[in-house]
Amino acid sequence: MSTMLEDTTVAPAQGEAQTQEAAIAASPKPARKLAIKVENVSRTYNIKIDKKAKKEGKESKLLTALGGVSLEVEEGELFGLLGPNGAGKTTLIKIMTTLLAPSVGVAMVDGLDVVKEATEVRRRINMVSGGETSGYGILTVRENLWVWSQFYGLDSKVARQRIDELLKIVELEDKAGALVSGLSTGQRQRMNFCRGFVTDPKVLFLDEPTLGLDVHAARIVRDFTQTWMKQNPDRTVLLTTHYMAEADSLCDRIAIIDHGAVLACDTPSNLKRMLQKQPVFEIGVAGLNDGQLAALPRIPGVVRVTSESREGGSGYNLKFIIETEPVIGAVVSEITAQGGSILSLQKNEPTLEDVFIKLVGRSLSAEDKEK
Amino acid sequence: MVEKATGWRLFRKTVWGRAYPRIIGLSREPSWLFFEVVIPAIGLLAYLFIYKFLGGGSTDRTQTDILGLVILGGAAVTYWLNILWMMASQLYWDKQEGLLELFILSPTSLMAILLGMSIGGLVMATIRASAVMIFGIIVFSIQFSLAGILPALAAFLITMFALYGLGMMLSTVFLLWGRAAWQVSLALTEPIYALSGMYSPLNALKNPVLVAAAGIVPISLGLDAIRQLLLPSLFDGSPFSGVLNPWLEVGILFAAGVVFNIAAYILVKRVEWLAKVKASLSLRWQ
Repeated sequence: MSTMLEDTTVAPAQGEAQTQEAAIAASPKPARKLAIKVENVSRTYNIKIDKKAKKEGKESKLLTALGGVSLEVEEGELFGLLGPNGAGKTTLIKIMTTLLAPSVGVAMVDGLDVVKEATEVRRRINMVSGGETSGYGILTVRENLWVWSQFYGLDSKVARQRIDELLKIVELEDKAGALVSGLSTGQRQRMNFCRGFVTDPKVLFLDEPTLGLDVHAARIVRDFTQTWMKQNPDRTVLLTTHYMAEADSLCDRIAIIDHGAVLACDTPSNLKRMLQKQPVFEIGVAGLNDGQLAALPRIPGVVRVTSESREGGSGYNLKFIIETEPVIGAVVSEITAQGGSILSLQKNEPTLEDVFIKLVGRSLSAEDKEK
Repeated sequence: MVEKATGWRLFRKTVWGRAYPRIIGLSREPSWLFFEVVIPAIGLLAYLFIYKFLGGGSTDRTQTDILGLVILGGAAVTYWLNILWMMASQLYWDKQEGLLELFILSPTSLMAILLGMSIGGLVMATIRASAVMIFGIIVFSIQFSLAGILPALAAFLITMFALYGLGMMLSTVFLLWGRAAWQVSLALTEPIYALSGMYSPLNALKNPVLVAAAGIVPISLGLDAIRQLLLPSLFDGSPFSGVLNPWLEVGILFAAGVVFNIAAYILVKRVEWLAKVKASLSLRWQ
């Protein structure tokens, strides 16, 4: 079990607006051509209600998935989009890939308007989503990739050559002649990954590409993405992921998004530097009940607290982000005053996860476990 | 960047790409031969024996021509089932599988995807229909008019133009109707057997309103025209007559084909608009 010891449904934490401004200001001035430019994009959905609710006088609701998002991604960047479920990541990706029109604002990909020049944009992009089931089970892996390449107008000979190269890279060459219906989930995802690259896109959108992959397969996908970027410096990748370590190691810059708004946007190291003035401590405790745990965030000087059950169920590991180091003394005093016992205490270097917790109010890993 | 075809070349590549899984699929699952050819042929046999029995087992020309009429109807059933289950419902299943989103994401036209589906489906259905025809011709010694073969082939092609135009249109309509697609397909299977004159001449319906209603389904008029062209002695007024002159029927089918294809194009644009602006259709969770 893992919980956030604060009301996470409330508005963004104090100072976040300033943090966002500061982070955007800290972003490097675009020196190269912009691959993606999103300006003040909002997207609302009209949630229809059934006849019964209508009779009761209820009206359809307007759900805001994105509220005035602005982003700039340079050509050649591997850009990460981090956010909890429902933060607006998928909506933003769907707008950038021409699948959705923004309600307000403008989105440009490779200098082209995603609404007015959708077909031209589509020629230059591709997208791979984690867990997608694309493909025809009755075809072989090679045939399936060829079929998708035809929808982008690739010459068949060129397509087959690229397919064989890609299958080799993702270690799927021995399955090239196997039927798609016989592939495991991981193999299927690696095939989907090839589908994204086979069309040689200028901008590639990877939506949770390593979702459900085993460690080995995920590493292949990450390594290839990095290699591809190095070999093709004019190509751009926009990646969404639930895995902080993945975002940290792969991305040149990261935008943290929640409730349809960008909370921060910077390089992973700059984002972590945001927390350097705010120490992160991890304390193992036992003997505290839920009510006592819930009181900990109210200790003066505590910015955020998350809790996670210790292995074996004996107590909790509490992660504290505090304003200044001396605050930890008050935290320890409070825990012991409540009758809890300290099992361990260590100071951690801030991680991307800590930055995420500070900005969003909860951890992605906690969200995964709850699911 | 790798060179990519645009315009007509992209359209052609897409059509072939989308037709490929259907065409190659025939060789991947030999079981289709049993389910798609043998089983329907047994169903057809039942009708053939009934007609044979009613004819008192005589071997005159009218008797064999009537069996020929039934066999042509049996072959036509194949195309109608293909339209319902592999065309009309297809975009809906594609949406459920997440493929529709990827189609829209690609630079190609949805019309090319639909045309590829049609051609693939047409090849599948033709193989099955041919098997039914060959079976009937050999087992029941059916003789078609040699002079009528080429005109009947022309009538067949125009019928397919109209029929698959209707299929492309229905594909988008079913997508807009969402979950009702399965039930609509079921509802349109059996009644069409009765209305379209699959196993009896269309004129046997007698009621002009019913005949006109049946005429909306291209396979009805097409079948009537092909029967008149291949079995002229049976349709010279004794015992049967065609609904209209076969070439007038072909003309109507051509006009219907144009209308269905234009309607399909308009509906495809509507689907894309709904997907993009209303955020419906292309997303799996909606």
